[in-house]
Amino acid sequence: MQSKRKIRVLIAKPGLDSHDRGAKVVARALRDAGMEVIYTGLRQTPQQIVETALQEDVDVIGLSILSGAHKTLFPRIMELLKKQDLTDVMVFAGGIVPEEDVPELKKLGIKEIFGPGTTTDAIIQYIRDNLPKRD
Amino acid sequence: MSKTEEIVNGVLAGNKRSIAKAITAIENCTDESPELIAKLFPHTGKAHVIGITGAGGSGKSTLIEKIVREYRSRGKTVGVVAVDPTSPFSGGAFLGDRIRMQELSADEGVFIRSMATRNYAGGIARATKDAAKVLDAAGKDIVIVETVGAGQSEVEIIKVAKTIIVVHAPGLGDEIQAIKAGIMEIADIFVVNKADRENANKAVIDIECNLQLGSKQVAWKPPVLKTIAITGEGVRELVDKIEEHRCFLEGNTERRIALLKNRAEAELVEAIKEKAADALIDELRRKGKLDELLQRILEKKIDPTSAAEKVLKETLKNDRT
Repeated sequence: MQSKRKIRVLIAKPGLDSHDRGAKVVARALRDAGMEVIYTGLRQTPQQIVETALQEDVDVIGLSILSGAHKTLFPRIMELLKKQDLTDVMVFAGGIVPEEDVPELKKLGIKEIFGPGTTTDAIIQYIRDNLPKRD
Repeated sequence: MSKTEEIVNGVLAGNKRSIAKAITAIENCTDESPELIAKLFPHTGKAHVIGITGAGGSGKSTLIEKIVREYRSRGKTVGVVAVDPTSPFSGGAFLGDRIRMQELSADEGVFIRSMATRNYAGGIARATKDAAKVLDAAGKDIVIVETVGAGQSEVEIIKVAKTIIVVHAPGLGDEIQAIKAGIMEIADIFVVNKADRENANKAVIDIECNLQLGSKQVAWKPPVLKTIAITGEGVRELVDKIEEHRCFLEGNTERRIALLKNRAEAELVEAIKEKAADALIDELRRKGKLDELLQRILEKKIDPTSAAEKVLKETLKNDRT
């Protein structure tokens, strides 16, 4: 039987940040690149994000944050992912994250941070090149 | 224990990870998926499957969120399959139904899965039905399947349901034409959502008139209800009506069996069609005959229907030798 596998991506906006244009632009670009994008809207808690990733069996999570709360929210999200045995999901982030915070976030397990000016093509290529092998 | 058995056991125990993996296997048509379905199938039939369809903008997702809450307050567990179209150009999809239902993510008694149609002709109906079966086997009391009511495949998807609800909203532009003929005939309950809008009563009357026109003697007369999904107004009555329909089906054994038999036949026919088509096309490709046939079609030497006849005759003839 021909495999009909698609890349499933969750684009999530954690916390109280309501700047969603970037997230929507990325979501649309990924859709146009042939991926299935689950977009869950604003004001997501870490719990909601991880629960969604679990139920939707996503391959990739893209976190969009511009409020500066990444140092509080991202560790919580990564912790919950570990708890739910979802460490094989690729997590990347985008928005406004200061350069000096990036190493710390990568240590948590966030694979890449895409700052302002990143092209959607770059994100698409990154996902394709680094797609995790999941069963 | 094989991985498939692990997933099956997990689904039967209601484990969310297993449910998610099972649905993924089905969507991707993996080699394990037929065995998965075969092992889960005997455990299905307990859930009440509700199909909810309607044009975009009718407020379906918001309404479903309220319906789920109402069922939860009645102590029922719920599974939701939300289907959205795959872009025929990119093969990708934007699955946004969860936006309206995200607060339910915290509820252990609710499982929501977004599925894209993936443009495999007819196949989406099978994938959706199988996803509904997984949730059924996982012990959900209620399974809701949501689709956009546009096109023939939506009619097929919705046939997985025992109670079919069509949601309409006033001012969507093409009024009753928005409810496609195919859906109109199989709907069990009509809902006019956004009932606080100006033309709500007119919409109700329009639907009722349409129903009169088509009516023969029917045991269940589809009611037309009004709701305001945002506030939840009318939702309790809607769920009461769904339960009334469920009782009606259960109380009428003959009708229920006829319905189940019809649905089983439709599903069997679809499955055979899908497998036969796949097998025959694969065979053509393997023998290198597909391009040749396509060329002849392009040169107008043979039309597609006759070509299909030819392929079938030759295959059957080869089987007999």
